[in-house]
Amino acid sequence: MIFVSILVIIMLIAAIAASAFKDLLNAVIAAALVSLIASILFYFLQAPDVAMAEAAVGTALVTAIFIIAIKRTKRNED
Amino acid sequence: MNFLNHYIYYIGAFGLIFIGLYIVLAKRNLIKVIIGLSIMDTGVNLFLISLGYIRKGTAPIFSQPGLDPKRMVDPVPQALVLTAIVIGVAVLALALSLAIRLYGHYGTLNLRKIKEQRW
Amino acid sequence: MRTVISLILLLVIAVGISLSLAKIPFGVPKTKVGRYYIDKGIKQTGATNIVTSVVVNYRGFDTLGEVTVLFIAATGLGAVFATGKRKERGKVESASLVLTTGCRFLFPFILLLGAYIFIHGHLTPGGGFQGGAIIASAFLLIYLGCRGRRINEQTAKITESLAGLLFVIVGLLGLTAGGYFLMNFLPFGTPNTLFSAGIIPIIYIAIGLKVGSELAGVIDNLMEKS
Repeated sequence: MIFVSILVIIMLIAAIAASAFKDLLNAVIAAALVSLIASILFYFLQAPDVAMAEAAVGTALVTAIFIIAIKRTKRNED
Repeated sequence: MNFLNHYIYYIGAFGLIFIGLYIVLAKRNLIKVIIGLSIMDTGVNLFLISLGYIRKGTAPIFSQPGLDPKRMVDPVPQALVLTAIVIGVAVLALALSLAIRLYGHYGTLNLRKIKEQRW
Repeated sequence: MRTVISLILLLVIAVGISLSLAKIPFGVPKTKVGRYYIDKGIKQTGATNIVTSVVVNYRGFDTLGEVTVLFIAATGLGAVFATGKRKERGKVESASLVLTTGCRFLFPFILLLGAYIFIHGHLTPGGGFQGGAIIASAFLLIYLGCRGRRINEQTAKITESLAGLLFVIVGLLGLTAGGYFLMNFLPFGTPNTLFSAGIIPIIYIAIGLKVGSELAGVIDNLMEKS
């Protein structure tokens, strides 16, 4: 229970950091950290199928598509 | 401490939804708005899975022949969230392709400047 | 100004939601449909993974709709980028020998892992979408590691279309074999073996191949003209 509380607090701090970073590459890495901790929380809620789907899709593929899109546009916010 | 024991997953899921909603409402760069959309998606999926949890339950898979079916968690929200995750990825990919085309046409990704341009 | 207004709006919504969320208890069973699926799942479908039997057998039509949505999104992404000009491939310097050899050595093992996950979808946690995403990650590794190699686009498109057609044909065969669309008409076999659960392995193989080649095509579309 203490472990789950620490994970939820780290997840919320990472989401606030994704909102506050000015460099878009840092914001995307923070969003990938949110998705990774959500995948661990899915495992604690006894849902292994959903944990595997979120880890494979939300952490690897969405981050890769974001980085390719940032490379073709600007890197810094405004 | 007992209150935290019961509601920590709800607080986490709704915290993510509200932070994602704040990013969508208040930020000006288009790619940051799309990042906020992705965070909100993750929060909604976490809330749906935490609705189906039963205390001291196990995963709904009969991997050995002697498991007790009365202690398994609800399998229906897991099936719905599996669909929702894939659709979230599809929407994100299409939104990013439109953002790339907008940058090629206007030269900027600032939403206020795009609104003022009056094509 | 915009941030202050949005913060006040979020505060109002948060107070309203937390007042109504305190009435939902956490950790007690809430519905009766899940109990019915767990009790009668093995007898009616033959699959030991209850989430798989819900996704493919009891709610199989929703899975067909989701595959359609993914297909429309990938086609739309290809249509947004089609401008009619010739695709130019600039000169990229190739990576060092260690990186290239390592990626080429690792590629078939990741494909094997993805294929294992979607073939055993009815016995262990996993299934079509997870296996397809892992196959797409293998192609992403080739794009990042050995720069300058591209996948064959014709092969990806033909694989994706044939796999989607296989799903619909299996459903129509269920319609002719006696009842309704996507009926489970093959014999069930004994539970917990590989050749069991009727049409569920066949549908998951089709979904796995389709999703894998689709996401690899999406990454190929985004990466051209770099």
